[in-house]
Amino acid sequence: MRKPIARALALAVGVAAIAAALILLSPNGNLGSILSAFWRGSFGTWSALVSGTLVRAIPLAIVGAGLSIAFRAGVFNIGGEGQLLLGAVAAATAGLEFTSLGHAGTVVALLASALAGAAWAGIAAVLRRRFGVLEVISTILLNFVAANLVSYLVRGPLQEPSGALPQTDLIDGSARLLRLGSTRLHYGVFIAIAVCGAAWWFLNRTAAGFRVRAVGASPSAAAVTGRVDVPAVAAGALMVSGALAGLAGGIEITGVTYALYENLSPGYGFSAIAVAILARNNPLGVLATALLFAALETGALGMQRDAGVPSVVATAIEAVVILAALSVGRGAQWSARRGPAVVAS
Amino acid sequence: MVGPARPGRRGIVTGMALFVEAAVRTAAPLLLAAVGESVAERAGVINIGLEGCIVAGAYAAFVFGAASPVSGYSAAILAGAAVGALLAIFAVVRGHDQVIVGTALTMLSLGVTGTLFRSRPDHGFVFVTMEPAVRVPFLADIPLFGAVFSQPITTYAALALLPTVWWWLHRTHAGIALRTVGDSHEAARAAGVRVVLVQSGALLFGSALGGLAGGALVLAQAGSFAEGMSSGRGFLAIAIVALGRWRVGGVAAASVVFGAAMALQYVVQSLGWGLRYELVLMIPYLTTLAALGLFSRGTAPAMLGRRLTN
Amino acid sequence: MTTGSPAAPALELRGIRKRFGDVLALDGVDFRVAAGTVHALLGENGAGKSTLMRIAFGLLQADAGTVSIDGRHMTSLTVRNASRAGLGMVHQHLSLAPGLNAAENVSLGGQGVYRPRQAMRLLHALAQQSGLDVPADARAGDLSIVQQQRLEILKALARDAKVLILDEPTAVLAPPETAELMVWIRRFCASGGSVVLVTHKLREAHAIADDITVLRRGQMTYGGQARASTEARLAQAIFPNVEPLPATLAIVPAGDIVVSAQSVVLGGNHGGVLVHEASFDVRRHEIVGLAAVEGSGHRALLEMLAALRQPTAGDLRLPARVAFIPADRQRDALIADFSLVENVALFGLGAARGLLNWGALAGRSRELIQRFSIAAASETVAARTLSGGNQQRLVVARALEHPVDLVVADNPTRGLDVQATAFVHDQLRRVAANGAAVVVHSSDLDEVLALATRVLVVFHGEVRECAVDRDAIGRAMLGAA
Repeated sequence: MRKPIARALALAVGVAAIAAALILLSPNGNLGSILSAFWRGSFGTWSALVSGTLVRAIPLAIVGAGLSIAFRAGVFNIGGEGQLLLGAVAAATAGLEFTSLGHAGTVVALLASALAGAAWAGIAAVLRRRFGVLEVISTILLNFVAANLVSYLVRGPLQEPSGALPQTDLIDGSARLLRLGSTRLHYGVFIAIAVCGAAWWFLNRTAAGFRVRAVGASPSAAAVTGRVDVPAVAAGALMVSGALAGLAGGIEITGVTYALYENLSPGYGFSAIAVAILARNNPLGVLATALLFAALETGALGMQRDAGVPSVVATAIEAVVILAALSVGRGAQWSARRGPAVVAS
Repeated sequence: MVGPARPGRRGIVTGMALFVEAAVRTAAPLLLAAVGESVAERAGVINIGLEGCIVAGAYAAFVFGAASPVSGYSAAILAGAAVGALLAIFAVVRGHDQVIVGTALTMLSLGVTGTLFRSRPDHGFVFVTMEPAVRVPFLADIPLFGAVFSQPITTYAALALLPTVWWWLHRTHAGIALRTVGDSHEAARAAGVRVVLVQSGALLFGSALGGLAGGALVLAQAGSFAEGMSSGRGFLAIAIVALGRWRVGGVAAASVVFGAAMALQYVVQSLGWGLRYELVLMIPYLTTLAALGLFSRGTAPAMLGRRLTN
Repeated sequence: MTTGSPAAPALELRGIRKRFGDVLALDGVDFRVAAGTVHALLGENGAGKSTLMRIAFGLLQADAGTVSIDGRHMTSLTVRNASRAGLGMVHQHLSLAPGLNAAENVSLGGQGVYRPRQAMRLLHALAQQSGLDVPADARAGDLSIVQQQRLEILKALARDAKVLILDEPTAVLAPPETAELMVWIRRFCASGGSVVLVTHKLREAHAIADDITVLRRGQMTYGGQARASTEARLAQAIFPNVEPLPATLAIVPAGDIVVSAQSVVLGGNHGGVLVHEASFDVRRHEIVGLAAVEGSGHRALLEMLAALRQPTAGDLRLPARVAFIPADRQRDALIADFSLVENVALFGLGAARGLLNWGALAGRSRELIQRFSIAAASETVAARTLSGGNQQRLVVARALEHPVDLVVADNPTRGLDVQATAFVHDQLRRVAANGAAVVVHSSDLDEVLALATRVLVVFHGEVRECAVDRDAIGRAMLGAA
């Protein structure tokens, strides 16, 4: 089959599947009303756009940028969710503890969140480096551990004083990210743009970034011809993506929720995978795809509110997008699959 | 769940019996999924979508299990196999990366089952009749370990699978062909073995078992469906395969250990011991991570995860 | 048993045409093997020999042409049908399943239930009959190369192969082992079998074959009886337009020592020892040839010289500037999807710091393309678009761009045609003349003899100096005095 036709076909099938599913699911059964509910939820109103979609795009972009670095190195970090949660824990703790730092408190909280995310990914990195454990498995398992850890903390040591709700106290005002005007959009948006730009510059202009790309494209050539320390570069990429996921968690705490509670992340760690893949692991492209998926998710919430379609359908749609993106793209984006190192040899 | 923090002697024995029963019952779905996955991996395919197979099977069993366990289990197997078929198409036939496609399929399965479940008019407040335990006459009455012989039918099926799969892999030419595919694509081709066919078949088998495991979760354990009820069992199964060194015996042993780890949460719950519930929930995952770190040195099939080069 | 006429050829291919993308690999080739004979298929790398045989065996489908095995025209040709018709093939890159044992490998492709004891008995019987001995229950991956080759032959014999295709079987063998194989081939033909020997080694083909066919760029340039030809005539058919090799650069006497190894020990991954107590020097202007069979530890030695592996004991002194040309170009030297500029930037990337100046790198790449006559559209094309010969030119260019003290090359001309091979040899000689030391390993003894001023032989981890003489080296490669 010719490439362009296959391309169009894949997209058409994807879109048709989604439309069919949406109609079947809605009590209303009317595609028109479903789509308008989607539009209203995502871009339709100024409030939806700025306070909803853009706000949601921020963590997606930051985690996505980190994942684009990891994926380029051939490291499959599926633990963005857990790393984000650990970053949130760190930011909440810092925000509650360091109340006397003024606005520096925000910086401290964010730094702590990045470090926590890097450390959490570091566990998987150590397991991979020292014991050859496949990072796909370890990062996913760590997600479950992180979620349970948060549950434990917000019902125990970090719980707000009255003990009534499973959440922490609100962090101090000085630790919070400033907002733009009267919207819910906060300064994290600048951080997101800066992070994506920095990630792009890192990958394309620095020697270290080129090492990351080389290791992902051919670990053997990187090792033999480039004399690159491949395990170190892979571990580094994993930890950098962990740090960025943690930072995203910290930004959610300091910019949006101001407190830690269960189910803080509606699956940012997984959506970010789709974000990175669709952007072909290009951090600048991530800015666009993050916006797209944020719109998808806020639109889905709108559909749930107004048309009765469960919002979790967004996860399914994102999966379809990943598969469609794979179908139409060249296979060469991904590291030459030399076989995951499940065990050390 | 407030209760006395000092279990008496009677409490300990009851606790142990409860624990053994729960461990075996919890291990069964893990064992089913792990055995299936080990066959797929021996053929060189890693199924990150296994979690999706389990969830799909669970939901199918929930929907069709109301009629009868047989229809429930059949639906579960088909649902799991459907997810596996998608992986076969995208990763084996079209040659995209197995890990990425698998991740996407898990997301797809979670999304679709979650959506379908939430849109049910009865809002999911339906309980499926759990199938009764099948008791083996004398053995089931043994004091502590009798619980092993009073299990839902899926547990017995899982145990019966073990020698069957071993025999098939090592004592049939088809099994040799499958192991060759996982060892060297070139060797397989040079012997006239169709690599794509073998890998797809192995994958369908593994994902069908994954679906069955999901069915067992609903029909033999929980009695109803909840979103994400697989709770990472698919990934645990993959870890179990690595820990069991891709050998049937090792996989069985590892499954029991992790089943036990997961069973702890029920025991703690019902005995009212002082451990924080959330911490107990972490145990299976932490144990798996520790075990992977300590024990997973072994020979993976050489072609595991590798794309086909033509 | 034969369904054709009494004089039916064992194997006959007519008008075979095969195209791979832009390249016409085979252009209407005819090939006929008479029953009970050894037929050599000669040609340089890339001539199309392996492709032709893979088509005969059903591994590839021809675009046009017919295949007949034992007089029977094969309408639908798959590996299974070809095997059943009596065709067996021993591949250039051995295709055994390393994790399975010998008996299982031999049984591969069968049907129904597998009985280990029965399979073992069959294997023993075959081994007796054919005179090829192999341990039955060892993992195939643990066998030596010679044993693996024997196992591959047994695999074919187990299917009652009457026509055996041997694809470059002597590439990995030491001369005495090659001689043994030739004796075996004669025996096989004497008892009614036929053999196709695919090789690029002229002398070998001329010595053993009854008939010879020469392929060049997908076309037959000679076909006839071996008796009726001379080596010179065959050489003409293989590469007709070869320029006489440039007058060898004057041999410069060896200079000071750049590599010094004293009682160096190289340990393996599982506790074993790959190289024991090796002591040797390499001096400037020398081209040291390394001769060894697979599994003798020479790979580890080369990695050590290339500074990719540390000795576990002993004293090693390497110069500062070392360039390595690895054996597996596709895997270890180049990143296929990266541009030529990126591949140039890859060299020594581990030590690079800070920002990369892509503009300067592009300039360097253009200069290299010029200087080393690399045929590429521009420096921005992907490395995969270059032919094998040009890819190797790039690898060599990159390694020799800046002055070096030591060049380590592992099978630098594998898979290259005559022109590219001559280029590589010339570059190695030049760099040696200019003051570097060169250590080169080749599986092709002729190449070692052509290049080397000194020879080191590695056998079972022992490194020993050897005279630059074919027989002496051949014996030393197998451990004899």
